[in-house]
Amino acid sequence: MRVLVCVKRVPAPGAKINITADGQAVDTAYLAFTTSPHEECAVEEAVRLIEAHGGESTALTLGPGDAEEQLRYAASIGVDKCVLLPIDSDGSTGGDWDPQRTSDAITTAIQGIEAADGAFDLILFGNESADSGNFQVGIRVAHGLSRPMVNGIKGIELGNGGVRARRESETGVEVYVLPLPAVLGVKEGINLPRYPTLKGRLASKKVALHVVCPSGVVGGQQMITLVQTAEKASTTVVLGHGPDAAPAVVDLLEELGLLK
Amino acid sequence: MTILVVVEHDRGSLAAATLEAMAAARRVAADLATDVSALTLGAAADAVASVLAEHGADTVHQVHHDLLADYGPEAWGEAVAQAVRALQPAAVVACGTDRGNEVMAQAAARLGAALVVNCNTIEVSAAGDATAQWTITRSRWGGSLLERCTLVAPVKLLTVTHHVFEASTSPGAGSVLPLPVELEAWLARTVVAERVERAAGVTLSTAPLVVGGGRGVGSAEGFASLEELAGVLGGVVGCSRAVTNNGWRNHTDQVGQTGTRIAPDLYMACGISGAIQHWVGAMASKQILAINTDPEANMVTKADYAVIGDLHAVVPAITNEIRRRRAQA
Ligand SMILES: Cc1cc2nc3c(=O)[nH]c(=O)nc-3n(C[C@H](O)[C@H](O)[C@H](O)COP(=O)(O)OP(=O)(O)OC[C@H]3O[C@@H](n4cnc5c(N)ncnc54)[C@H](O)[C@@H]3O)c2cc1C
Repeated sequence: MRVLVCVKRVPAPGAKINITADGQAVDTAYLAFTTSPHEECAVEEAVRLIEAHGGESTALTLGPGDAEEQLRYAASIGVDKCVLLPIDSDGSTGGDWDPQRTSDAITTAIQGIEAADGAFDLILFGNESADSGNFQVGIRVAHGLSRPMVNGIKGIELGNGGVRARRESETGVEVYVLPLPAVLGVKEGINLPRYPTLKGRLASKKVALHVVCPSGVVGGQQMITLVQTAEKASTTVVLGHGPDAAPAVVDLLEELGLLK
Repeated sequence: MTILVVVEHDRGSLAAATLEAMAAARRVAADLATDVSALTLGAAADAVASVLAEHGADTVHQVHHDLLADYGPEAWGEAVAQAVRALQPAAVVACGTDRGNEVMAQAAARLGAALVVNCNTIEVSAAGDATAQWTITRSRWGGSLLERCTLVAPVKLLTVTHHVFEASTSPGAGSVLPLPVELEAWLARTVVAERVERAAGVTLSTAPLVVGGGRGVGSAEGFASLEELAGVLGGVVGCSRAVTNNGWRNHTDQVGQTGTRIAPDLYMACGISGAIQHWVGAMASKQILAINTDPEANMVTKADYAVIGDLHAVVPAITNEIRRRRAQA
């Protein structure tokens, strides 16, 4: 079978997210980058599906040229092929594309790959990107390809020409049974992603990178600026140091009515 | 040019989040001097019409179709798209829940229209005019960063961030109208096929007390003392992503942007540094007590209360003190 997994490169901020002076981007001067967590699990899932059922997996990203790092990560844990849609090759900043433009470009790129190499049986996305969180690119791509799509998936089983996909709801678990080819949006927790081995990391350097110039029609949502959230001023009451603080903690529990 | 609210329900049981979308829609409708209508999908939802009227719906459009007997993102999205074509609303609003965002994205894809999700403020200038500017503040990074953006589209498709707009009553006329749709049989491919109901009980998102553990706990076994403390207090154990990544606990226990949002009376965060992605999942807690060796840790400086020290000594001491007082009482 053929599985495609679409990932996004995002910064990994610590205690606070700082923004650049012009308000157009997260200040990444001192930050590392990572694969958006839901997609990290989607990559792991793609590799497991190919390990179990045979075939070939491909990772695709639309982003700055540096997003090659995230494709190499995918390759280091076992993805076979990498496709990069660089959005900064025209000298632009590589800032986010709006969700309509992004899905348009990804849909077109997938159609091109499928025309050359054959259709993907399953395309995986993350439930939403960690940074912009627009919750729609995977759904728009699925619609562009006329394929069934369910988001929020925490369990995937293949069989009988289709895929059983589980997702959590407030009251329990919902099961969807989709015919293939299909598209699924995956949530963190579907699996525990492996760490790349040294051998995997070395091998990933040799995986060919297929570069496709992205083109998508600009959509109706346009960012003006990023804005910091208001931080609630807090003063921390230190109840004590070490185990000697236990009585003060239990006094607090009593005060809060939690010591029934 | 009404403001149309897409009603979220599960086989007829109304999602409270819908009433937040109703409140947001009423505000936009007031700016545009227009009315609010609601769209219910599936006959099971007919009964919620009166609640929608109490929350400001002047019209409730009811769609009946066999394919809408249970939830299905494609069938629901297609029904919303057809309703938009038929009713030509100025805007369509849903709450930014899993289903709300999913259905609106399906509808937006079908309409070839923009969709702005998780809006916190919606401003419309030059009201009533076709040149009106829509300026929106929306949540990014699970709510730890905001984005101001413009929305240019013939119909404005929006979801509002859950828990931002407060539900309130404001009677509307509530006239009920049937709305016909045509759904092709193949849309059944993404309708819920089976479900497994969860046993009722305290969950991470509803627990009144959460004892959270981070990398500082050091191992899966290290959580035993946190389990014990949670046990004596009738609370549950949560954790950070460092813990789930290490395989010490299941992801269902993870608090944060890509885990669960908690809102207990007290969150006891033990050996957790308080990265922004963890904090957004914990910040709705009424009180936070941090237990950490590092007095400068973000979790400590942001918390209401703190104990500076090794959690392996502090946590058992708290449990013992509770037992001691209970034995005396
Ligand atoms: C896009 C994205 C999404 C993310 N989503 C989430 C999420 O949903 N939830 C989440 O939690 N994280 C999330 N993260 C990860 C997050 O950035 C942090 O890496 C993570 O929260 C750190 O976990 P921690 O606080 O347990 O570990 P650390 O940051 O390593 O902190 C350990 C803390 O324990 C203290 N400590 C050590 N030993 C002891 C001891 N013996 N006694 C007391 N204190 C001790 C230390 O002083 C320190 O403060 C996300 C990251 C990204 C990039």
